Amino acid sequence: MAGRVRIKDTQAEHRLYLRRSAMAVAVMALMAAMLIGRLVVLQVMRHEHYLELSQGNRTRVEPIPANRGLILDRNGTVLAENQPSYQLELVREQVPDLVAALKGLAMIGLVPEDEIEDVQRLVRSRRAFEAVPIRLRLTEEQIANFAVHRHQFPGVDIQARSTRAYPYGALAVHALGYVGAISESDLTRIDRSAYAGTTLIGKLGVEAARESELHGKNGFREILVNAQGRSVHVQGEFGLNLRTQPPKAGQDLLLALDLPAQQAAEDAFTGRRGAAIALDPHTGDVLVMASMPGFDPGVFGRGITRTEYQALENNIDIPLFNRAIRGVYPPGSTVKPVLGMAGLAHGVVTADETKYCPGVYRVPGSRRIAREGRGGVHGHTDMRQAIARSCDVYFYGLAYDLGVDRMHDFLSPFGFGKPTGIDIAGERSGILPSREWKKQRYRDPSEGAWYPGDSVNFGIGQGFMSVTPMQLAQVTAVLAAQGDVFKPRLVKGIRDPETGETTMFDPVPLPQVQGGTPEQWDVIMEGMRGTAVYGTARGVFGRKVDYAIASKTGTAQVFSVAQNARYVESQVAERMRDHSWFIAFAPAEAPQIALAVLVENGGFGASAAAPIARKIMDAYLLPRLPPPAPAPAEATAQQAAPAAVPPA
Amino acid sequence: MIRYDTSTDSAARRTLSGAARVLLALKMDGPLLLGLTLVSVYGLVVLYSASGQDWGMVTRHAIRLGLGAVAMLVLAQVRPQMLRNSALWLYLLGIVLLVIVDALGVIGKGAQRWLDLGFIRFQPSEMMKVAVPMLCAWYLNDRPLPPSPLSLAALAAIILIPAGLTAAQPDLGTAILITIAGTLVVLMAGLPFLFIGGAVIVAAAGAWVGWHYLLHDYQRERVLTFIDPQTDPLGAGYHIIQSQIAIGSGGIFGKGWMNGSQSQLEYLPERHTDFIFAVIGEEFGLLGLAILLLLYVFVVGRALYLASQTQDTFARLLASSIALTFFVYVFINTGMVSGLLPVVGVPLPLVSYGGTSMVTLMAGFGILMALYSHRKLVGS
Repeated sequence: MAGRVRIKDTQAEHRLYLRRSAMAVAVMALMAAMLIGRLVVLQVMRHEHYLELSQGNRTRVEPIPANRGLILDRNGTVLAENQPSYQLELVREQVPDLVAALKGLAMIGLVPEDEIEDVQRLVRSRRAFEAVPIRLRLTEEQIANFAVHRHQFPGVDIQARSTRAYPYGALAVHALGYVGAISESDLTRIDRSAYAGTTLIGKLGVEAARESELHGKNGFREILVNAQGRSVHVQGEFGLNLRTQPPKAGQDLLLALDLPAQQAAEDAFTGRRGAAIALDPHTGDVLVMASMPGFDPGVFGRGITRTEYQALENNIDIPLFNRAIRGVYPPGSTVKPVLGMAGLAHGVVTADETKYCPGVYRVPGSRRIAREGRGGVHGHTDMRQAIARSCDVYFYGLAYDLGVDRMHDFLSPFGFGKPTGIDIAGERSGILPSREWKKQRYRDPSEGAWYPGDSVNFGIGQGFMSVTPMQLAQVTAVLAAQGDVFKPRLVKGIRDPETGETTMFDPVPLPQVQGGTPEQWDVIMEGMRGTAVYGTARGVFGRKVDYAIASKTGTAQVFSVAQNARYVESQVAERMRDHSWFIAFAPAEAPQIALAVLVENGGFGASAAAPIARKIMDAYLLPRLPPPAPAPAEATAQQAAPAAVPPA
Repeated sequence: MIRYDTSTDSAARRTLSGAARVLLALKMDGPLLLGLTLVSVYGLVVLYSASGQDWGMVTRHAIRLGLGAVAMLVLAQVRPQMLRNSALWLYLLGIVLLVIVDALGVIGKGAQRWLDLGFIRFQPSEMMKVAVPMLCAWYLNDRPLPPSPLSLAALAAIILIPAGLTAAQPDLGTAILITIAGTLVVLMAGLPFLFIGGAVIVAAAGAWVGWHYLLHDYQRERVLTFIDPQTDPLGAGYHIIQSQIAIGSGGIFGKGWMNGSQSQLEYLPERHTDFIFAVIGEEFGLLGLAILLLLYVFVVGRALYLASQTQDTFARLLASSIALTFFVYVFINTGMVSGLLPVVGVPLPLVSYGGTSMVTLMAGFGILMALYSHRKLVGS
C-alpha cells in the first residue's frame, strides 16, 4: 500500500470519494427525473393518443358481405338467387411473392395461365389487407387440390362466400344481366369501402342498373389480429368490446317479366337470332325481353376464363349483344299503322277512301318506280285493307302526300328516334329521319336534300329509318292503348327481404300521344286485326284463336335490291336475307299485351316472327283470359268475310 | 460516535433474529438481498404475462435467477484481498478469450459473441464487465488519487482494449457497458473535470469517426431511427414505435396483468427480453413502472451505501462501480424502451428473460457483498 511518488492521503481521498458519490447521486437523480418525465409524457399526457394507436393495432375490420337481393318475376318465381360456394382468396400483404404464388396456383390448375397478369393487376388495385377473390366457385376437385398444396401458399385461402345463381340459366339473361368479379374499371366507379368484402358486381341488365339496391350494405366485424395480421382468439379484456355491425341485405327486385311468356319466347326462337319485347300497354311493364342467342350468366359468377370470354365476344351471333334494346333495324311495314294514323289525322285520306294498287308506284315528277315489296296487285284498297295486306303502293302514295315533315312530327311522339327510357342501360335510339337529320348526315348539300323518293321509302319503313325492337314494342303499346303511353320498366317493385315489406312503383306515364279521334284509332286497330284474319299473317293464326289479335307484319331489308330486280329469298345467303318483324297487341278490344318480335334474316315477317309472337301471346294471355265460350260469335263473324280474299 | 456505534452494534447483536444471523453467516446483506428478491419476483410475475403465459420460460428464468443467486453467494464468501489479487489474472484471461472469440468470428465469417463450452455458452465480454472495473480499481488502489495523467492513460488502455475487442465481435452494446463500468471507477476515483470535458470532445470526435468509418450499417440505422422512428415504421423504427405505443397506452394504472394488447398480440417485439419494460408499462401503467423504479433505486441506494462503508480504495471504487453500473443498465434499458435513448441490446436487469448478463449482475452484487461484509477483517 505504499505510494511510489506521491504519498497517498487517505483522508483527502475519502473526501474526494464522498464528493464523487454525492455527484453520482445527483446525476442519477437527474437521469431518473428525465426518465420519469418521459414516462409521464407517454403515459399521462399522450395516453389517449397511444391508446388509440394500440386499439388500431389490435383490431382489423373484417367486412361481412350483405346478401345480394333476389330477382323475381311478376309471378314471384325466383330468377336470380344466391348460393353458397367456395372461392379462392388472396391477401397481398401475406403473400411473400405474388408472382411466384400465382404461377404456383396456375401449376395446380387453380388460375388459368393466361390470366396471371390480370389477377396480379386486380390484386394490386385492391386495398391493403383486403382479401381479393381470385377464383370463384371452386369445384370440389379444386378445393381438394388446393388443400393438398395449401402450405405452399401463405396468404391464399379458400373462403365460403355466396355466389349468384340463375336457376333458369340463359333465360332472360339480357334483361337480368349477370354478375361478375369486380374489375379494375368497376373499382373506379364504386365506393370502395362500401364494397370491401363484396366479390361480385352487376354487369348488365337489371343486375347492373339496380346494383345499389341489390347490393345492400355490407356489415363488418372487428377481429383481433396479432402483429402478423392473423386473426387470433385470446382471452382477456382486450378481446372484449369488439364491434360488429350486421350487414343489411340487398333489396329483392320484383320484375315485370312473365316467366312463362319469356320461356315461350325463347323456346320459340330456338336456333334463330332476334329479339322479342312484350309490354303491358297500361303500365309499361316489360313482360318479355328476349335477345337471342343468349348466354349462360353463371359462367361470369364462376369466374369466367379469358378464353371463355373471348369465345363469347367473338361469336358471330354476338350473344352478349342485347338486340332488344341495342339492335337497330329498319322497321319495314310495321311503321304503316302509325303512318295510316298520320294520314287520317292530317286528313290526307279518309278511312273508307280506296286507292287502286296496280303493284307498282311511280313517284310523281320522277321516273323512279317503287314496287310492291312482295309482288302482286292489291286492287282497290282502303285504309284497313292497306294495313292488313300491307299494301306498299297505298303507303307510297300516302307518304308522298304527307311529306317528310308531317310524318316526322307525327311519328316522333310515338317514341321513334329516341330511347324509350327503359330501366336498363345501353338503349339505342334508332333514327327517325327528317330534313334536318338528312342535312346533317350528308355533307354534300345535294345529297343532303330531302327527295320525294325518300318520303316514299319512309312510307314503308325503309330507307333511313331505323328502330330497336324495344321502340317498336313501345309504338305497338301506344297503338294498343290508343295514345296512352308509359315508360317501359323491367322492375316494378322492390321487397325488403328482412321485413318482407314490398314497395310497388307506380307506372310512369309519358305525355299522351295525340294521334287522332277514337274513331281513327279504331280504324287502325281494325286494320291490324285484319292482318291475322285475311291479311299478311292469315296463315299463322288460322281459325283457332281464343282472342282477337291486332298485328302488323314487317320485312326489313338487309341490303337493297336493284331497281328492277326482285328479291327471291331462296337465292340469298342466310345472313343477307331480310329481317322479319311482327308487332301485335291482344286482345284487340281490351289489350293486355303489346309486343314486337324481330327475327334476324327471318325473311318475310309473317313466316318467322309471327309464330313466335303467337306463342308469347298464348303463354301470357291464355292463363289470364276467362275460359272462352264454346263459339264466340264475334270471332266467327270476323273470319267469315275476308276468307275469300286471296293472299297478298 | 464510536461509542454509540459500538453500543448499537452490541445491542443489535443481542437482538439479532435467526434469519439475520443466517445472513450474517452467509456474508449477505439483508436489505440488498430483499431488494434484489423483490425485483426478481416482480420480474417473474411480469415475465409470465410477457412470455404469453409460458410456464417453461418462467421456470427457466427462475432457475437462472437461482444460478445467479448461487454465484452471488459464492462470491460473497471471497475475501477482498483475494479478489484484488485475482483482478489482473481474470482480466488477462478475459482478453485471451475475447481474442479467441474474435478470431472464431473472423473464421466463421459472422458475428460471434460466445464460446461454446459444450454444456454452456460463455460470453467472455460478460466476464469483462466485472474484470475491467476490478482491474481499474486494483490499478488505482496503490496510487494516489486523483489519478495522474499517466495513470489515466494506463486506465484508458485497460478499458479500451477489451471494449474494442468486444465492439469488433460486433457487440456495441456490451462494449459500451464495459467502457462505462471501467469509466465509473475512474470517475469515482476523482477523474479531473478537465478530463471529463476533454473526454466529451474526444467522444464527439470519436462519434464522428465512428459514424463514418466504424459503425455497421445496422448500428447506424439504429441511431437514425432513434432520432426519428417514423422514417421507417415497419423496419428499424418498429421496435421504438411499438414500445412507445405500449407504454403510452398503459396510462397511469395500466390495462391489467395479461391484458396488454400490444404485448399479448405480439406487436411489441422482444417483449419478454429487452422490451419487457414496455410490457410493465402497458399492463401496470405508470404506477407499475414507478414501483419497479423505486425498487431499483432502493437496490442502487443500498449498494452505494454498502460501497461507502468499505474501507479501502479498491473496495470503494469497485463496489461503487458495481452499484452505479447497475443503475446505468436500468437507465439504458428503460431509456431505450421509452424512446429516450437509441436501441442498444441492453436487458432490463433481473427482469428481462435470459442472458448471461443476469448471472454477471448477481456475481457483481456477490462481490459487492463480499467487499462490505469482510470489511472488519481489513481495518478498524
